[in-house]
Amino acid sequence: MPRQVLESEIQNLKNQILRLGDMVRQAMLDAIEALKHRATNRARQIIAADQAINALRFDIEKAALVVIATQQPLAHDLRFLASVLDIAGELERMGDYAKGIAKINILMGDKPLLKPLIDLPRMANITADMLQAALQAFVNDDAETAAAIPRRDDEVDGLYNQIYRELITFMIQDPKTIDQANYLLWAAHNVERMADRVTNICERTIFTASGEIVELDTDENGNAR
Amino acid sequence: MTQQPVALNRTDKPAAVASATKMVIRGVSVYYKTFRAIKNVDLPVYENRITAFIGPSGCGKSTLLRTLNRMNDLIPGARVEGKVLLDGEDIYAAGQDVVDIRRRVGMVFQRPNPFPMSVYDNVAFGLRLLGIRQKSILDEVVERSLRAAALWEHVCDNLNQSGMALSGGQQQRLCIARAIAVEPEVILMDEPTSALDPIATLTIEDLLQTLKENFTIVIVTHNMQQAARISDYTAFLSMDDDRAGYLVEFGPTVELFTNPKEKLTEDYITGRFG
Ligand SMILES: Nc1ncnc2c1ncn2[C@@H]1O[C@H](COP(=O)(O)OP(=O)(O)O)[C@@H](O)[C@H]1O
Ligand SMILES: [Mg+2]
Repeated sequence: MPRQVLESEIQNLKNQILRLGDMVRQAMLDAIEALKHRATNRARQIIAADQAINALRFDIEKAALVVIATQQPLAHDLRFLASVLDIAGELERMGDYAKGIAKINILMGDKPLLKPLIDLPRMANITADMLQAALQAFVNDDAETAAAIPRRDDEVDGLYNQIYRELITFMIQDPKTIDQANYLLWAAHNVERMADRVTNICERTIFTASGEIVELDTDENGNAR
Repeated sequence: MTQQPVALNRTDKPAAVASATKMVIRGVSVYYKTFRAIKNVDLPVYENRITAFIGPSGCGKSTLLRTLNRMNDLIPGARVEGKVLLDGEDIYAAGQDVVDIRRRVGMVFQRPNPFPMSVYDNVAFGLRLLGIRQKSILDEVVERSLRAAALWEHVCDNLNQSGMALSGGQQQRLCIARAIAVEPEVILMDEPTSALDPIATLTIEDLLQTLKENFTIVIVTHNMQQAARISDYTAFLSMDDDRAGYLVEFGPTVELFTNPKEKLTEDYITGRFG
């Protein structure tokens, strides 16, 4: 098969995207774990490590632009490269959400958790699985799998609503818990946003594979998120 | 020949927004003696648009292009089946005036081929063939054509210099000026930049964008990136096992190059052919 340079660059970009995805996934799981144990030192490390995520995102962008500039990619190759640019950006922003959770941990100071974290780690685990599956589908050019992944977002949304209601109950019963409850709500919100971005990645995969632009997920009002 | 060219004055006929179909290739096959070079091609050519033919060497792009103004008639042993409609009329129908068809559908070739005469005479050549002698008309048309071909500024000081003395890119623009001087409706171009350097190539490409406001352009190019840069529609031709060329896919250039429908097109444009 001709076009060995292009092929190897594409493979290289796939590997880089998977690596960036792993870093983001780990940052989120670590941030939740650190929050669970109120480990603020660990949180500081996660915040510092976000720079490596940003740097890799820009490396990927640069590499993709060089391929576009030098290899004249078209059709599927071009859509793949456009998606790489997009997905690298999505991942970087997901990294920011993980960093956000670590910041919340620090903002909470020495106050103990309002309650042991159970649903939030669950949310994070599902989101981490979704992210991994979404990136795997992207590098495999597997639109079918990509189309199925966002359904798991419902589980994430369900857990988020559960956390929300629970925390609201705390706040109503004892307004002194408002600050504490709010922190946890932010953290849950960050995870929920990350899961939404996984859906964007799945949309990119379908676009890359088929050239179709689809909106995979809608909110309660039927609007595309 | 009674018809007088209107000398590029087409302001009364603005470039179509939604373009009409200027020509239609319908069920066309071309034979060179017994060899079938093109089989059963159907293709529209839209007015005031640039249509590009791409495909591997020998698939019949030039052959197909020549069917649009009956240039194949000049090749011994060549035979065309099917219809080619120009404004709805079959140019291969009995009684068609081939000279008039070639005036309406002009051609620019791969290598710039100015005649060994002055710049002025090169551009006026076709008009004189049409019987136009009046100096004022010739002067006007020569200037307009050279301006339209983006060459006027370079040659207006010395229209008597030989066409052969110009640079390659300027010679090709001279050939374009010569082609448009007789007021064609369609201009066929067979790899018009393949003999030119990159800068001259880009100058011609820019020129095509302005020319399409007044003309319908069909261009053969072996350079896919060029087709992607300049054309509105692209036809991708390939060769079958019997070496006959056929149409694989036709569509808006943007779609053909970003999301082709046929796997063969994808393989070809992404360089993974064969
Ligand atoms: N004048 C001719 N006589 C015989 N065969 C020809 C002639 N011109 C072209 N062919 C053949 O027809 C096929 C298509 O040629 P052509 O139209 O020049 O292809 P392309 O422009 O795509 O390279 C080729 O196999 C070529 O050898
Ligand atoms: Mg040719």
